[in-house]
Amino acid sequence: MRSAGRLRALVTGLLVMGGVPAVAETMVTSLSSHRLAITSNYTGAAIAVFGVIERDAQSISRASPYDIVVTVRGPRQTLVVREKEPAGFVWINQEQQLFPDAPAYLGVFATRPLDEITGEALQRRQRVGLTAIVNAPDFTTERGAADDAFRDALLRLKLRENLYVQEDRAVTFLTASLFRLSVPLPATAPPGNYDVDVRLFADTVVLSQTQTSFELVKTGFEQQVGEVARDWSALYGLATAGVALLFGWIASVIFRRD
Amino acid sequence: MQLYLPIAEMPVSVLLILGMGAAVGFISGLFGIGGGFLMTPLLIFLGIPPAVAVATQTAQIVASSTTSAMGALRRNALDLKLGSVLVAGGLVGSGLGVWFFAAARRAGQLDLVIVVSYVTLFTVVGSLMLKESIREFWSSRRGSPRPRRRGGDHAPYLGWPLRMRFPRSKLYASAIPILGLSLFVGFAGALLGIGGGFIMVPALLYLFRVPTAVVIGTSQFQILCTTLVALVLHAVANQAVDVVLAILLILGGVFGAQFGARAGRNLRAELFRFLLALLLLAVGVRFAVELVVRPTEPFSISIQETRV
Repeated sequence: MRSAGRLRALVTGLLVMGGVPAVAETMVTSLSSHRLAITSNYTGAAIAVFGVIERDAQSISRASPYDIVVTVRGPRQTLVVREKEPAGFVWINQEQQLFPDAPAYLGVFATRPLDEITGEALQRRQRVGLTAIVNAPDFTTERGAADDAFRDALLRLKLRENLYVQEDRAVTFLTASLFRLSVPLPATAPPGNYDVDVRLFADTVVLSQTQTSFELVKTGFEQQVGEVARDWSALYGLATAGVALLFGWIASVIFRRD
Repeated sequence: MQLYLPIAEMPVSVLLILGMGAAVGFISGLFGIGGGFLMTPLLIFLGIPPAVAVATQTAQIVASSTTSAMGALRRNALDLKLGSVLVAGGLVGSGLGVWFFAAARRAGQLDLVIVVSYVTLFTVVGSLMLKESIREFWSSRRGSPRPRRRGGDHAPYLGWPLRMRFPRSKLYASAIPILGLSLFVGFAGALLGIGGGFIMVPALLYLFRVPTAVVIGTSQFQILCTTLVALVLHAVANQAVDVVLAILLILGGVFGAQFGARAGRNLRAELFRFLLALLLLAVGVRFAVELVVRPTEPFSISIQETRV
């Protein structure tokens, strides 16, 4: 199997590289790919995250087990959440809240439920988990308690679209120090840069953290269409109009009754 | 079979889009309208970004109205002179509509403007037409057909200055109300992202008494010209035209439109107007319900364009 072979190569690679013994535990992580291609039959993808925890000889073995929390953040968007309220007898958008730097995709994957891994205060401070990220003070402008309903709505709507996901037992340990995770990317997750943040927890504290990223890109025909539509927009519009006129004309010839 | 759309940036089911194109094309061919007011909500429901949905379905309207207009031209059911006057007024109206669109968006009430316009236009036009067809139906049942049009029996606005002769439409009328109508249709069309055929068709039928056969051909010609301009403007200004989605919609649409047009020719004129009235009323009521009923989810997310 391809992934098994890749895994073996990765593990050997990690062992050869050796650790940098600055702290007791270090972690080395890698992705199955750094570039995911969107082709015409793209219906979503999965990307594998691998990691190895290394402990230097001096450090004592821990009583509590290791835990991993992986956070994947998609390309940033400026989102507006609006709330409909009754005005007279009609419902219209009234209040709105701006989220200037919200990730289009947000996935949180862990070895266990987050509350078992660390405390609530630390989750909030370290931005661990969907709730903590969405409720972080810098996620949107604070307006006393007024912004809370909008944060909840953003999370609820994004969860419903499967663009924000949290899975408590998605990360699995293959050996005591080797872990693996498969990140499911829905087809609606937009192209762009995805940051992968991996944190190692033990005894409720973060021992080590690594950051890496992958890119979701359109290739071939999809990429060319996107580029022409952006850089040659007038030509693209005229060409599309030409195609439409041509199809319409052909149809009128084909279906001619006489 | 799934196919990835390069501009909408999501995959769609090819068969579903072809089927939707055919269904909307059938209605469009049957009534001589663009069908944009049906297609846009369907595409948005599939999860296609609203800007892409509005921009791309103009390509389908271009294709289907080309087919209809060419067919009408062959059957001599297209008044090019009347059509040109309508296009002239329509383009000015579109410009005003685009400007008003931007102003309403700056004021943050674009959604409201759009929904209220939909409700007003569709229910008013729909119920006027329904009333007319019911009256027509009753008078034919009682065996007393309505008096035929007599010479000199005109609405006063037809006699305003700048009178023009449109022989194909059996119309001799002032250009002012005709330009006014097309200005209004162009304005509403640009504001709501629709061709405006559903206003144009009943207006030509009832206000100007143009023969039914000519109305459809001429309205399709006017729709063709305005949506061609709209398509290119959308491609340049919003870069939201998805050529793959457009081709799928066109392929489904041209077949649907053919069968629709054929069915339309076998339809009695009174039944035709009655069905169109019902369709418009149904759409109007649907939007009214959305406006009045407590929404299950009061919140909504939209991506703000941060283009520089």
